[in-house]
Amino acid sequence: MAVSEQTMPETAAQPSRLKRLWEGLSIIFESKIAVIGLIIILFWIFVAIFAPLLTPYTPTEQDYTAQNQGPSVKHPLGTDSLGRDLWARLIYGARVVLVMLPVTDTFWLPLGTAIWGVLLGLLVGSTLGLMGGYLGGWVDEVVMRLLDAMMAFPVVLLYMIIIAAVGASATNVVLAIAIVGTPGIARLVRSLTLDIRTRDYVRAAEVRGESPWYIMFVEILPNARGPIIVDAMLRVGYAIFAMGTLGFLGLGLPPPSPDWGSMVAKGRQYILSGSPWAALWPSVAIGSLVVGLNLFADGLSEESTRYQ
Amino acid sequence: MTATERTHPPILKVANAAISYETRYGDVEAVRDVSFDVHRAQTFGVVGESGCGKSTVAFGIVDFLGPNGKIVGGSIKFQGQELVGRSQEELRKLRGDQISMVYQDPMQALNPSVTIGDQLAEVLTVHRGIPKDEAWKKSINMLDRVYMPDSANVMNRYPHQISGGQQQRVVIAMALLNNPALLIMDEPTTALDVTVEAVVLDLIEDLKHDFDTAIVYITHDLGVVARVCNFVGVMYAGEMVEVGSVESIYGNPLHPYTQGLMRCVPKLGATKESSILYPIRGRVPAPKDRPKGACIFAPRCDYATDRCYNEKPSLRQIEAGHNARCFYSEEIDAEGWEPPKGLVPEITPVVEEAEREPIIRLQNLKTYYEQESSSLLSLVGAAEPMYVKAVDDVSLEVPPGKTLGIVGESGCGKSTLAKTIIGLETPRSGEAEFLGFDITAPVSQRDVDLIEELQMVFQNPDSTMNPSYSVGQQIGRPLRRFKAVPGDQVRQEVIRLLNAVRLDGSYYSRLPRQLSGGEKQRVGIARAFASRPDLVLCDEPVSALDVSVQAAVLNLLMEIQNEYDTTMMFIAHDLSVVRFFSDYVAVMYLGHLVEIGPAEEIYAPPYQPYTEALLSAVPIPDPTADQKHIRLSGTVPSALNPPSGCVFHTRCPRRDLLPDGGKICELETPPWQYNSEEHRIYCHIPIEELRKMEPVVTSR
Repeated sequence: MAVSEQTMPETAAQPSRLKRLWEGLSIIFESKIAVIGLIIILFWIFVAIFAPLLTPYTPTEQDYTAQNQGPSVKHPLGTDSLGRDLWARLIYGARVVLVMLPVTDTFWLPLGTAIWGVLLGLLVGSTLGLMGGYLGGWVDEVVMRLLDAMMAFPVVLLYMIIIAAVGASATNVVLAIAIVGTPGIARLVRSLTLDIRTRDYVRAAEVRGESPWYIMFVEILPNARGPIIVDAMLRVGYAIFAMGTLGFLGLGLPPPSPDWGSMVAKGRQYILSGSPWAALWPSVAIGSLVVGLNLFADGLSEESTRYQ
Repeated sequence: MTATERTHPPILKVANAAISYETRYGDVEAVRDVSFDVHRAQTFGVVGESGCGKSTVAFGIVDFLGPNGKIVGGSIKFQGQELVGRSQEELRKLRGDQISMVYQDPMQALNPSVTIGDQLAEVLTVHRGIPKDEAWKKSINMLDRVYMPDSANVMNRYPHQISGGQQQRVVIAMALLNNPALLIMDEPTTALDVTVEAVVLDLIEDLKHDFDTAIVYITHDLGVVARVCNFVGVMYAGEMVEVGSVESIYGNPLHPYTQGLMRCVPKLGATKESSILYPIRGRVPAPKDRPKGACIFAPRCDYATDRCYNEKPSLRQIEAGHNARCFYSEEIDAEGWEPPKGLVPEITPVVEEAEREPIIRLQNLKTYYEQESSSLLSLVGAAEPMYVKAVDDVSLEVPPGKTLGIVGESGCGKSTLAKTIIGLETPRSGEAEFLGFDITAPVSQRDVDLIEELQMVFQNPDSTMNPSYSVGQQIGRPLRRFKAVPGDQVRQEVIRLLNAVRLDGSYYSRLPRQLSGGEKQRVGIARAFASRPDLVLCDEPVSALDVSVQAAVLNLLMEIQNEYDTTMMFIAHDLSVVRFFSDYVAVMYLGHLVEIGPAEEIYAPPYQPYTEALLSAVPIPDPTADQKHIRLSGTVPSALNPPSGCVFHTRCPRRDLLPDGGKICELETPPWQYNSEEHRIYCHIPIEELRKMEPVVTSR
C-alpha cells in the first residue's frame, strides 16, 4: 500500500483525488461484515491512541492490596497477580500492536509493530514478486526458489529462530514479521504481475523505452493494489497473532511492558485457582482484533471483486 | 413471402417482447418492443452494435436470462405455444429437444476433458434414450453431414486436438443431433479466422436446406448477414428498428440508422481515394438513459424533427414485407444524403514529391522463438533446439507518409513482425533499417531519439490504458519522457492532442473506466502520436470496435496521418478495412511474405493463390455481389515445422496450374515474380498464368 503510494507520479487535480478516495472508501459500507470488522478495528485503535485518558492507572503500577481480582468499579477488568490494572495493561498493550513502535526507550515511531512488520514485508515481498514476475528468467528462478525454501519452515519455528538469533525487542519483532511474510507476499505479487504484464499498456510503456523499474512500480504495481491491500489486512491479523505467540513463549517485548502474549502466559497459572481474568482479556483482545481484520478483508475483497 | 410459408405457422413468433434486468439502479429495460417471425428453412439475422440487446433476445427465447433478467411483456410463441410466463419445468417440456443453441466460442461449449464422441453420443442417449452404439453411429453420421474430415477418428479425440473451425463444426453437429425445429446461433463465427469462417458460413447456408431448420442468427457483422440470412432485423438500443428481406434491407435501407450503418462499413472494392466512411455521430445511449415516448435514434439522426422527440414511432410496413420504425421512411432519400459539416475530415491529398527514400527497410528479417523442449537431452543442453519460425525471411520497405497494411490469418506472424520492428523481440538474422539507423537491437538498447520516432497503437481498448492513471497523465508521460515540449507546457500540449483526436479538454482528468471503447482507443492514438513519431505501427486498432466507432477511428487515424505526415504500418485481419486504409498491402502466411504491392494491385489479378483464397472468404455486406468460391482445406501448419518448399503448398488450391500437380512447390522455395515494379508475388506459377485469373469480387 505504502509502496504504490510512494511511486505514484504526479498527482491529479485535488478534488478528483478526494472524490476517488471517497469512492474507494464507500465500497466498504456496502458490505455488512466489512463494517463490523472496521468497527472492531477502530475500537482498538481508538483505545490504543487515547489509552492515557481512558484509565487512571499506568500499566506497570502495582497494587499489593488488590491481587488477582475480578472486575470491579475500581478496576473495570480486574487485576493480575501483581495487582496491576488489566484494563490499563490491555489498552497500553494495544498501543505497541497498533499505534506505536518503540525503537529505543525514548524514541518511537507512529503505527504499531504489527503494521510496520507487514509494511516492511510488503516492500520487500512486492519488489521480489515484481522482479520475479516481470523480469522472469533466472531472476525468477533464483528468487522464487529461495522464497520456496523459506516457506518450507513452519511459521512458528521461523519466528523463534529469527528472534532467538537477533534478540527480543520491538524492532526485531518487526523484522521477524517482515521476513516471515515476505515469501507469501512475493508469491501473490508475482502471480498478479504475470497477469498484468500482458496488458497493452505495459507494452506501450516498453515501446516508449521505459526502464524495467518504472514499468514494475509505476505501470504494474498500482493495478495490483486491490488484492495486495486485502492480503495486507489479513497479514496484519497474522502478525498480531504471531506477536501474541512470541510473547507467550517469552520472546516478545521484555517485561514489564504490557504485552498481550506475555500477559496470557503469566495469567495462565491462575486460571484454575479461580482468577481467569489475567489470561482471558488479552486472549479476547487478540481474538477480536484478528477476527475484525479478517472480516474487514473479506468484505473488502468481496465488494471490490463485485464491481470490477 | 411465398404462399407455402404463409400457410404454415411460423416456428418462432416474437411479438412486442420486452426484457429487463434488475440492477443496482433499479430495473433496466434491455429490450423492448421486439417483434419478428421465423419460418422453417429460413435464417433470420439479428444485427446491431454491441449492447443493443441482440444476445438478450436470444437468451430471452430460451429463458437463460440469469437470476436478474426477466421477460416483462409481449409474447414469444414457439410452434404456436406461448413461452412467456411459464415455469422452468413447463418450458423444459415445451422446448424439449426442439431448440438448440450455438455460441461464439466453441472451446467454451465443449468439455475439454471428454472426447468428442462421448459428448456427441451423450446428447442422443440422454435426450432420446438411444443405445450407446447406435448413438455413436448417428454421431459419426452427423459429423459427416457437417463436412468433418476423418469423422470416425475425430470421435475419439479431445476438443483441444482439433482446430477452431472443426470445434465449431462439432458444436453445430451437437446442436443438430436432435433435429431441432429452431437453431439459435450467437456470433458463431466471430472468433474464427476469415478462411475458416467462410467454410462455417457455407455449412450454415447448407443446413437450412438439409435440415429444414429455422435459424436465428445473431451477429454484428453486416457482411456475414448478407451471406447467410434470408430476413434481417436491425436492432438499435434494445429496439428493432427495421425488419425485411436481406435484399430489401441492403438494397433500400429505410431507417436512418440502417442507412448510417451501411455508410460506416468499408467495402472490399473501395479504395482510400474513392470512398469515405461516414461514422454515425454521437453514441448509443446506455439502457438507463434511453428516451421514453420518443424515437430512440432521434439524437443521432440527421432527419429528426420535433415529432421524433415527442412521439415514439411504431414499427410499420413501408413496403411489402419491409418494416421500419421511422415516421419519415417514405420521404428520406438515402442517395441524396449529405454529410453534416465536420463529420468527416477533409484530407488534402499529399503532393507526390520526387522519389523519397523508404523510411523503413527490412531485408531477410527472421524472428524465431526457441521452443523449450522437455526432453532429458535438452536438460544437459545436447538436444537440437527447436524454433517457432514466427517471421521468416521478410523483406519490405515503406515510403515515407504512406501506409502499409499487413494482412494474414492469426498466427501468420503479423504481430511478431510489428514487435520486431518496435524492438520488443530481437530478430535472429536479417537487416532492419529505420531512417537509416539499424533497428535490430531491442528497444532497451535503442537511443531515446530513435524510440521517439517509432510508436504503436494497440488492439484492445480495455487494456490499452492503465486503469490507475488519468487520461492526462497517460498522454503526458511520453511528452515528459521524450521532452517533446517544455515541462510547463505539457498540460496544454495534452489538451491540444485530445482535441486532435476529437475529445475535449474535460477528458484530461478522467479515468479510463469512465470512457467508452472508442474513446479509449482515441486516447491510445493521442498517446502514440504525442512524440510526433515518423512511423506508427497499428496492431488491429479497430478490430474490437463497433462499425460506427470503427469508421470514426479510421477517419481519425487518416486525418492525423495526413496532418503529421506519418508513415504507418497497419496490421489487420479485415481485408476491407486494410483496403480502405492502406496505400500498400503485404500478405503474410506462416511467417512468410507471400505478396506485396500497391493496394489496388493486390485486390485485382494477378493474385498469389493465398491472397485469392483470403479475398474470396471475406464476407461482403452486399447480397448481390458475386464472389468467387474458393475454400482452403486443412489447417495452418505448425510454424515449428513449416512445410518444405513453398509454405503454402499443403493447402494451395491452384497447384493444378503447374505441370505434374505442382511437384516443384514441395521441393523448391518459390521465386519472387514481379507483376510491376512494386508488386511482387511469391509463387511458382508463372506470372502470365496468374494474370489470367478472374477478379474475386464483382459487384453488379
